[in-house]
Amino acid sequence: MLVPLSWLKDFVTIDKPVEQVDRLLTNAGLEVKTIEKIGIPGAALEWDRELVLLAHLLKVEQHPNADKLVLATVDYGDGRSKTVVTGAPNLFDYVGQGEISGLQIFSPLALEGSVLYDGHKDGRVTAKLKGRELRGIYNDAMLCSEKELGISEEHEGIILIKKDANSPDYQPGTPLQDVLGDAVLEIDIIPNIARCASMVGVAREYAALTNQPMRYPDYSVKMEGGDVNGAAVNGRITLTTENPELNPRFVGYIIEGVQQTASPYWLQYRLRLAGQRPINVVVDISNYVMLEMGQPNHTFDYDFLRRRADQYNPGGPIQINTRLPHDGETLTTLDGTSHKLEPYSILVTDPLGNLSLGGVMGGADSEIKPETQNVFLEAAAWNFINIRRTSTKLGIHTDAAFRFSRGVHPSQALLGANRAANLLNRLAGGTVANGVLDTYPNPPEPITVMLKLDYARRLSGLNLSGAEMAELLGRLEFTTEVQEDHLIVTAPDHRMDIEGPHDLVEEICRMYGYDNIPSTVLSDVLPPQRGNAKLEQEERIKDTLVQAGLQELITFRLTAKAQEAKLLPKNHVAGPDERPYVTLTNPLSAERAEMRHSLLASVVEIAAHNSRYQDRLAMFEVGPIFIADEDEILPIEQTRLSLVMSGQRTVLGWQGGQSGTYDFYDLKGVLAALFNELHLSVSYEPVEHPTYRPGRTARLLLGETQVGVMGELHPLVAEQFDIQMEDDDQPVLAADIDLDALIAHIPSHYPYDPISPYPAVHEDIAVVVDKSVPAKEVEEVIRNSGGYLLKDVELFDLYEGSQLGAGKKSLAYHLTFQAPDKTLTDKVVQKSRQKIVGQLKHRLNAQLRE
Amino acid sequence: MLDQLESLYEASLTKLEEVDSTAVLETWYRDTLGKKGGIYLLTRQVGQLSADERPIFGKRVNVVKNELEAAYEARLAELKATELADKIASSAIDVTLPGRPLTSGGLHVITQTLRDIYRIFGDMGFQIYRTPDVETDAYNFELLNFPPHHPAREMQDSFYTENPDVILRTHTSAGQIRAMREYYPEPVRVILPGMCYRNEQITTRSSIQFTQVEGLAVGTNITFADLKGTLTEFARRLFGADRQTRFRASYFPFTEPSAEMDVTCFLCDGKGCQVCKQTGWLEILGSGMVHPNVLRNGGYDPEVYTGFAFGMGPERIAMLRYGIDDIRQFWNNDLRFLKQF
Repeated sequence: MLVPLSWLKDFVTIDKPVEQVDRLLTNAGLEVKTIEKIGIPGAALEWDRELVLLAHLLKVEQHPNADKLVLATVDYGDGRSKTVVTGAPNLFDYVGQGEISGLQIFSPLALEGSVLYDGHKDGRVTAKLKGRELRGIYNDAMLCSEKELGISEEHEGIILIKKDANSPDYQPGTPLQDVLGDAVLEIDIIPNIARCASMVGVAREYAALTNQPMRYPDYSVKMEGGDVNGAAVNGRITLTTENPELNPRFVGYIIEGVQQTASPYWLQYRLRLAGQRPINVVVDISNYVMLEMGQPNHTFDYDFLRRRADQYNPGGPIQINTRLPHDGETLTTLDGTSHKLEPYSILVTDPLGNLSLGGVMGGADSEIKPETQNVFLEAAAWNFINIRRTSTKLGIHTDAAFRFSRGVHPSQALLGANRAANLLNRLAGGTVANGVLDTYPNPPEPITVMLKLDYARRLSGLNLSGAEMAELLGRLEFTTEVQEDHLIVTAPDHRMDIEGPHDLVEEICRMYGYDNIPSTVLSDVLPPQRGNAKLEQEERIKDTLVQAGLQELITFRLTAKAQEAKLLPKNHVAGPDERPYVTLTNPLSAERAEMRHSLLASVVEIAAHNSRYQDRLAMFEVGPIFIADEDEILPIEQTRLSLVMSGQRTVLGWQGGQSGTYDFYDLKGVLAALFNELHLSVSYEPVEHPTYRPGRTARLLLGETQVGVMGELHPLVAEQFDIQMEDDDQPVLAADIDLDALIAHIPSHYPYDPISPYPAVHEDIAVVVDKSVPAKEVEEVIRNSGGYLLKDVELFDLYEGSQLGAGKKSLAYHLTFQAPDKTLTDKVVQKSRQKIVGQLKHRLNAQLRE
Repeated sequence: MLDQLESLYEASLTKLEEVDSTAVLETWYRDTLGKKGGIYLLTRQVGQLSADERPIFGKRVNVVKNELEAAYEARLAELKATELADKIASSAIDVTLPGRPLTSGGLHVITQTLRDIYRIFGDMGFQIYRTPDVETDAYNFELLNFPPHHPAREMQDSFYTENPDVILRTHTSAGQIRAMREYYPEPVRVILPGMCYRNEQITTRSSIQFTQVEGLAVGTNITFADLKGTLTEFARRLFGADRQTRFRASYFPFTEPSAEMDVTCFLCDGKGCQVCKQTGWLEILGSGMVHPNVLRNGGYDPEVYTGFAFGMGPERIAMLRYGIDDIRQFWNNDLRFLKQF
């Protein structure tokens, strides 16, 4: 909301610099987002206090040598006057009228040396005013347009301001800064300060914060015959509300004989500073009242309503009723749009049909027209939820709907109607018909809350007395009754946000000043410290993978089924994953419409993106997947670990060398390092999986339980994700692991293996076996037959060559023998070795390779 | 013969002066003091001397030997020093050439930021409590004092699922009630990190997915002054001991009173810069005293218990710390971005 400081000053004295006003309001919850200064110090164009002044127009004469120029004589205070040469078209009307000071027209006057914007150049170009001859007459001053002053782009004529009983008391010679200079605060109206969505609302907060009195607007209404009891109105309009819970109050006035002229300059200027476009005085007053005191209001064409009444009730009163729509009812709003109405959208109607969408927007037919002179003024209260739903559903976001959907107290309806009637009478020349229509069947009880002093102190940390609390609340117009250990507090009737004592504590804190409340350390008892074992293990796993050279990712958890389907080759018939998804009903885009089933798909997608810029990829993510569960309201969230590696094994520096590219065993090495760190004994078994390349896929087993799959991505899958490695044949390695299962198996304790002080004996052994025998089995036979002295088995060579014979391979191992309690003799070692050789031959038909 | 010894001595010393490398020095030694060197050869002729002359000669030979040995040692040390100096001088390398690259990994910048937050609050006794991403409307809104159609719901545009009661959580505050219900009747001191989702246009400043860390403390003796103190300590540990904090009134349905916390800009030290939009302050987190309805929904009697809650965005903190100007970078996961942290 845009708030001109000058407007606030109508209601409260502001003598602090605007920066301090900003601080006070912002700290109290009325966040000032921006400040736009006009004419005053700090503005883009500052008006010199000595050189840019308000001048009183005395007479206008034709320039003797130019048709398109006039000579305007002005008084600019202290008995000084000046004749200015100008081409402003809006002065031509006054030529030949002689002395016109009685018209009380004022205009901004710039004297020689002042710096303003050049009105004849595009954009904002400053120029210094210098005296020069204009068609034979020397001129060293200027009457200004809005463009020249930096107020707007308007340069058709100069600013003419009329002084009358309703305008400020303009005096010639006043620095223009003090007349039109301003600072406009943009204030963020958050939901709980809806009461501040007006000048009065903001001023009231400022008055409270600075402990000053408020000056409220003039709510008095001058009626035709002074008959406030409304006899004259009653015979002309009847007012009913079918749903008082949705429309608690409806206030109306009949105002006749309004002149639809342009509004006075001061009113137009204020509206524009507040972001409203001036239209004509009737429409402008309606907007002005809403901005000023927060009550939206609406004007109907009274004669239009009367003509309709002549159809349904000839000679009788107009019958206004508010009600919910009939089935299929539509309404054309004054912006010309036709709306199909929702069953909860409340309408202002007469027996012939609807007239306006209550609290949201007027109807096209009943709106005032240029020739309208008699208006029916409405100021009502509406249920904020209904207005919110209607405005959201129909997509109508008016200033009225903004306020009503946040809550405007019914007490404001009468004040708003009074204020609008007051202004229509004074500024638009209307006559207010006797009496006010006010349908208000169930006025709400004032909100009264008991505030225990002890509670207020405990919540705030402030040790205030009851009287001190009462004083702070009193500034915001709360009335309080101070008791020994509590206050009885009654909220002022513009407050709809007070529900209980906690709300009052916030008001006390705000008035005391959040900055003035002390900062203390927690002295409450420390709760039992339970830790978070699962998170700690996840972080440990991340650290291990980072040490292994992998980069952690965090990807989008929203994805699309189609994206995850890329994990299956195109020709694949049935997916391995038929489980239901969590699907959004209002996704922002089709690409992010489901919660993911696969973490791997997310990681591969990122790998593909990076493959355009990198020749080495080694990355992982730890994160959840989401499987909808038919028996539970919420899905299963399972934590997974996915890894992808591809490309150059190491980054070669300027010294060059050999790197090679990642293969299956690099990924397996990373996993081995991880499982080693976690003290998990994981075994690998060949397996078929559509995502992976047949023959290069293994499943990971913890005992009998499968906890994941690893391998080379199927080349067709890599292609679907559009992974672009340097060489098309470079394998993309991937693993996808159930981290919940893995973490569940991590032992909390594991034994330490003492280091033997006795020397180890190293033996090498090479055996030839059938190619089909997995290396794992060879190693198992060695370990199982080596006895307790065999400390370590390490494969150091794999050879397949013609000299071994077809279908054979040779595996060579370093064996380490060591005893914890003695030095081993050769005899003992050889005995062990022979046993190993014997078992290898017996179980795997292995031949010792000499 | 004594003369011969003296001239050998003189000649050897002269030669020693001319020796210019350790290799030549070894030859000199062999020729002079070695098993078949000059001195030895001379001593073999000792038989030609008279009995009177022998002891004199013998004595002199020992003196000469010792002196030559000493001269040798001195020369050796001298030559070694010269040779090492030459070797060092000739083997200088270009220390400005790049080091051999390591294939190191790294943690995502958000994980790093989260760990900073975990550590600081961990020191103050806040434990980490995680709750689901996919949440019920009740936990995300209703039990947090957001009635249906409440204007505050508009502040957070939700993603809805096929089940009307299930949404993607819009804030980690959704975990507050879960934590309270689990901890009751113990006091609560937890932080709740997690991924949140809002149906907003993706821009450089907002993403449909973002992380948040919520904090919650509930007990019988917790005040707004404690909230200020705790969060000020946090800000000083995260952003620097000299930081000042400022608390502004704000609004969240689940806290009352509510406050935004600003920290003096750590880039300009509060003087005003582009990042803090010339205000000298950076908005870091939202906070407040837990609303009595929320305490009640969590099982705690608001007549007895009070508490405070706060929430912050690790992405915003990282953006401010590193000057990142596009929030989308966090989930793009471009290695050229991630490797910088």
